[in-house]
Amino acid sequence: MAEFFSMGGYGFYIWCSFAMALLLLVIEPVWLMRQHKVLLRQLARMSGINDGGES
Amino acid sequence: MAINWFKYSSPASFYPIVDKSIPWFMGAAIVLAIAGLYLSFFTTPDVLQDQKQYYRIIFIHVPAAWMSMWLYIIMAIWAVIGLVFNTRLSFMMATALAPTGALFTFLALWTGSFWGKTSWGTWWDWDPRLTFELILLFLFIGYMALHTAIDDPRRADRAAALLALVGVFCVPIIYYSVQCPDPNSLNCRALHQTSSLRSIESSILTSMMVMTLAYWMYSFAAVFMRLRSIMLEREKGSDWVKEMIGRIS
Amino acid sequence: MNSPGILAILRCMLTRDLILAIRRLSDVLTTLFFFVIVVSLFPLGVGTDMEMLRAIAPGIVWVAALLASMLALGRLFSEDFADGTLEQLILTPQPLSVLVFSKIIAHWLVTGLPLVLIAPLIGLQYDLPAGALWTLVLSLLVGTPVLSLIGAIGAALTLGLRGGGVLISLLILPLYVPVLVYGAGVVDAGISGLNTQSHFLLLSAFLVIALVLSPPATAAALRISIE
Repeated sequence: MAEFFSMGGYGFYIWCSFAMALLLLVIEPVWLMRQHKVLLRQLARMSGINDGGES
Repeated sequence: MAINWFKYSSPASFYPIVDKSIPWFMGAAIVLAIAGLYLSFFTTPDVLQDQKQYYRIIFIHVPAAWMSMWLYIIMAIWAVIGLVFNTRLSFMMATALAPTGALFTFLALWTGSFWGKTSWGTWWDWDPRLTFELILLFLFIGYMALHTAIDDPRRADRAAALLALVGVFCVPIIYYSVQCPDPNSLNCRALHQTSSLRSIESSILTSMMVMTLAYWMYSFAAVFMRLRSIMLEREKGSDWVKEMIGRIS
Repeated sequence: MNSPGILAILRCMLTRDLILAIRRLSDVLTTLFFFVIVVSLFPLGVGTDMEMLRAIAPGIVWVAALLASMLALGRLFSEDFADGTLEQLILTPQPLSVLVFSKIIAHWLVTGLPLVLIAPLIGLQYDLPAGALWTLVLSLLVGTPVLSLIGAIGAALTLGLRGGGVLISLLILPLYVPVLVYGAGVVDAGISGLNTQSHFLLLSAFLVIALVLSPPATAAALRISIE
């Protein structure tokens, strides 16, 4: 196991690279999902106001 | 045939397709990524020619570089379609592509830098292909900066689209000039390692292909997610949005 | 058919823009002085070892020319835009590409050509040999019009925007890279005694392509910015 992580001594470089990839490719969708939810909520609120406050 | 095509160029009819396909693309991306990572670590040799274990970085570096170039070209294609046919959705597509393209470009630079440190000894070497990736990053950022700087959405769309068009025209010239700064010598600077990796075993090739596919599926998912929000934001005054919001809430 | 020919249009616009530029000579001189100052700053920053300076001179001069050229771009359309002349130009029946082309020529004559003319002095500051001085001047002569032509597209796209100058730089500098590579490269090749012909052929090719494609692109950008 430890041998796998050290990758012949180059573990730092390999894992930093893979970690950045994972980080970016997780953050982007999460961020976009949040943005979408906020937008939906905003639009719902706006249309609620326009319809005169019906629930 | 032509009629069907333009039917989907309206945000109202394209939105459901975008919305529904996102989970599928994301799921495919995750599956392919897991498969690709497994293949990259467990089916490929420990040493590659003169490179040790660190060569495995290519499994995320090379596909990222490919994606960065593909996404720029596709962004430019949508920009041209938008300028020619004046369809809002095309511009929205181009705008949705840019940040994901920039992300892959950054990833290519980051991983390329780590790879360079291990195999060449320096974090940055002005290697032609990495330098080109850097310029590509500037091209993406320029597109996004121009689009954000203009308030009027129509002008923003078209200005950024023209910029993308000019950019994609210049990209081959930039690539050539960075690769071959000395036109007298017949072989251009090719310090970059991948040229020597071209004739390599199938296990490595397979891993790279799988990772590339994973990136493609991811790109579809991320770009569609962004596109979805852009469509809602831009069309919020229209009937189909109001109706959809009414249905959801 | 009483519509004026292309040469007449060019002559008319060129005269107008040149006269306007001469009235604001300070703008012209600012670009020139910026160029000289930037070039003079480098030895203060990197040290005064003449061997090294001679080696990096082509790159420094070219980067300074790039920056000076970009600084001047803001003025290409901004005044005409501010007083409404630009809208009128777009509305005239004359082809916008030709009008734009003449504006770019006037702009280059006033901001690019001075750089070309003062380049020998700059080269002497860096102790370039005589042959290299000549190559430097030639490379700038062919290259700076390309910078003006490409830059015009950026200027047209960013018309009236806040943060204009910095934004233009961000958009245009990546596109300047090929000109920079071969412009500085040709002087380097000249110093090393290598053949400079292929560099000049490439630079000239860039010039021709820019001459043909940039005015229509700039015209399109102007229409996008003003409509």
